[in-house]
Amino acid sequence: MKNNNTKKSKLTNFKNKLDFWATNSEEGGWNISSTDEGSQKMLENENEKQIKIQTGTEVVDDFVIDEDTSDDERMIVNMGPQHPSTHGVLRLQAELEGEVVRRVKPIIGYLHTGMEKTGEELNYFQGPTNTTRMDYLSPLFNELVFSLTTEKLIGIEVPKRAETIRILMTELNRVASHLVALATGGMDIGALSMMIFGFRERELILDFFEKTTGLRMNHNFIRPGGVAADLPDGWQKDIKEILKVIPEKLKDYDDMLLDNPIWKGRLQNVGILTTEECFAYGITGPSLRASGYSWDLRKSQPYSGIENYDFDIPILKEGDVFARWRVKVLEIFESLKIIDQAMQNMPKGPYKIQDKKITPPPRKRLDESMEALIHHFKIYTEGFKVPEGDAYVAIESPRGELGCYIVSDGSSKPYRMHVRGPSFCNLQALPVIMTDSPIADAVAAIASLDPVIGDVDR
Amino acid sequence: MEYSSQRKIFQRRISRGGLIYTPDNIFTTTIDKAVRWSRTQSMWPVTFGLACCAIEMMAAGSAKYDLARYGMEVFRASPRQADLMIVAGRVSQKMAPVLRQVYDQMADPKWVIAMGACSSTGGMFNNYALVQGVDHIVPVDIYVPGCPPGPQSLMHGILTLHEKIMDGEINR
Amino acid sequence: MNPEIIKSTAEDYKALVESIKNDGFEMMVDLTVVDWFRKKEPRFEVVVQFLSTSQNKRKTVKVFVNDEDLTLSSITELYPSANFYEREAFDMFGIIFQNHPDLTRILMPDDWEGHPLRKNYGSGRIPVQFKNAPKVD
Repeated sequence: MKNNNTKKSKLTNFKNKLDFWATNSEEGGWNISSTDEGSQKMLENENEKQIKIQTGTEVVDDFVIDEDTSDDERMIVNMGPQHPSTHGVLRLQAELEGEVVRRVKPIIGYLHTGMEKTGEELNYFQGPTNTTRMDYLSPLFNELVFSLTTEKLIGIEVPKRAETIRILMTELNRVASHLVALATGGMDIGALSMMIFGFRERELILDFFEKTTGLRMNHNFIRPGGVAADLPDGWQKDIKEILKVIPEKLKDYDDMLLDNPIWKGRLQNVGILTTEECFAYGITGPSLRASGYSWDLRKSQPYSGIENYDFDIPILKEGDVFARWRVKVLEIFESLKIIDQAMQNMPKGPYKIQDKKITPPPRKRLDESMEALIHHFKIYTEGFKVPEGDAYVAIESPRGELGCYIVSDGSSKPYRMHVRGPSFCNLQALPVIMTDSPIADAVAAIASLDPVIGDVDR
Repeated sequence: MEYSSQRKIFQRRISRGGLIYTPDNIFTTTIDKAVRWSRTQSMWPVTFGLACCAIEMMAAGSAKYDLARYGMEVFRASPRQADLMIVAGRVSQKMAPVLRQVYDQMADPKWVIAMGACSSTGGMFNNYALVQGVDHIVPVDIYVPGCPPGPQSLMHGILTLHEKIMDGEINR
Repeated sequence: MNPEIIKSTAEDYKALVESIKNDGFEMMVDLTVVDWFRKKEPRFEVVVQFLSTSQNKRKTVKVFVNDEDLTLSSITELYPSANFYEREAFDMFGIIFQNHPDLTRILMPDDWEGHPLRKNYGSGRIPVQFKNAPKVD
């Protein structure tokens, strides 16, 4: 009796030590019970037979090959939020039958930042700093859509030079965003050098952004009323350099990937998305164009003067992952055409609207004019007032239709600001393309839809 | 036989005037310093890129700002194989238990860098949805400010961490 | 491009959406909620944006939700893209959509209490105390 007790206490002591060692956390009882996957459960002493089986002293040989293992055994697998290939914090719960996915449920919300609530507390001048961090791979598009919606509510038009600068910067951003999509997509599928290539080209564009806006990402450059600052001296030289280097390097990617049998085998006929499915799930952008339907908001509902530029939209018919990849590569070439035209036809003039109630005055004038000082003060502390009403404006971001819906109640802060993120809607197609295909294609499928989780969760 | 004669020569050299008379490829140190030095070379980060800072972290690992010169370009997906966690991005309320679980699964010794304004203090989003600073959840060694911090700032943070470990300020 | 705005009541909502779909509006693009707290009665207004790619037109439908039970019928059978949007409206505002396949919280943790984007839910801002500054409440 006494022997039994001491043995049991030794076991429990050891088990307690094992738990502590596995978690080794000095801060409180945070989730210790849920993190003891490292510690194995030790069986109680009473269970002699089980211990003997475990230690191998008693061999039970009743293994029978079942002839009728039912195929209904489904396993739920979690592709967790922390994963190298889910493009951010996306969680997928997949129900697998063997290797084939039967159901998948994307669980989002791991990056929810409450940006729509923050948007109600910042005035219209500060609004772009908030929205620009939603889709962090194409920040200038978010700022552009917010500014366009605000300008529609106020009812003003920006000068031509501001429109051209906006188009130049956003098309450069489209190239950068597609390069990241190609780079991370390639890395996920296995072409590790794509990652290095894609980010190397992107550095050229980011250098230009840093010269113009001051930051590599999340610029807060496009504001309601125009842009924040003029282009720096010598910008044409930088743009010519970009226009020369990027097509050469894109040829490198094609050399590496286009005729590669491994690449084609992994991407062709995988994750097919038809046009009807795109319509049903509200998918726009390169995925819609890769399924054969010609719809681009730059051509159908143009914004900010883009109707004056000459470019095509690439359409492919297959709708599989390979087609979505090719559409992105071709779109980079088209954007380079637009950038070339913008560089050559840059009009002269003011880069901000001259309305004194909206644009702050240049800093030199603050020393000279009392009125300029008052306007500067009012705009930077209280912000400019926007008349009552609501507006929805949509533009074509690298992922699809990016829209912004602002309801204003006459004050200097939006009453309700909502951004329609394209990735939020595109992610609903994930169950469609992943069902009834092997789990090994899941990574390629997610990479092709190009979700940016900041846009999904806001 | 040969070995004992070599030993005698070695001892004679040291007794003559110290280590200066030995050949050049011997140096002495303490075990503590050697361990600390080896811990700073090639610390492997675990992939914990959440938002915009993750893109800058990836840019730090790519061709122009090369993290591979410090041996750190392999971002291990499994926390068991990693010893540095760079929390890059904003940590929301739903993600906080996941962060803690990944931190717990890392093996000792481990370090944490809070990259960016959102993970250091909550950043520009002072609202209901974010944890105001990841040091509410895990102990942090280095805070790298910026929104987002450029790759050069991140590398400065990593090198400061290396210095702190080499100097013995962080004892694990 | 100015969308055509249609105001509807909660009872006619589903029939109106069906007629819009038969008109050739293939995509439902956006579904969001505006909270008119103490400014208008009833309180919540659901705003839905439709897009027709064949005719290149947009339509906006604005519906006020019943104040007592905050319900509205769901349009997921007609437009499957409404799935996530209606879940987000439920999560952020508390609007219940009838016949929705899976109406659970999507952005906040599952056991969160409250609906964050309502006007009577504070922003959760933690006042920042700067060093050497006098303590302010």
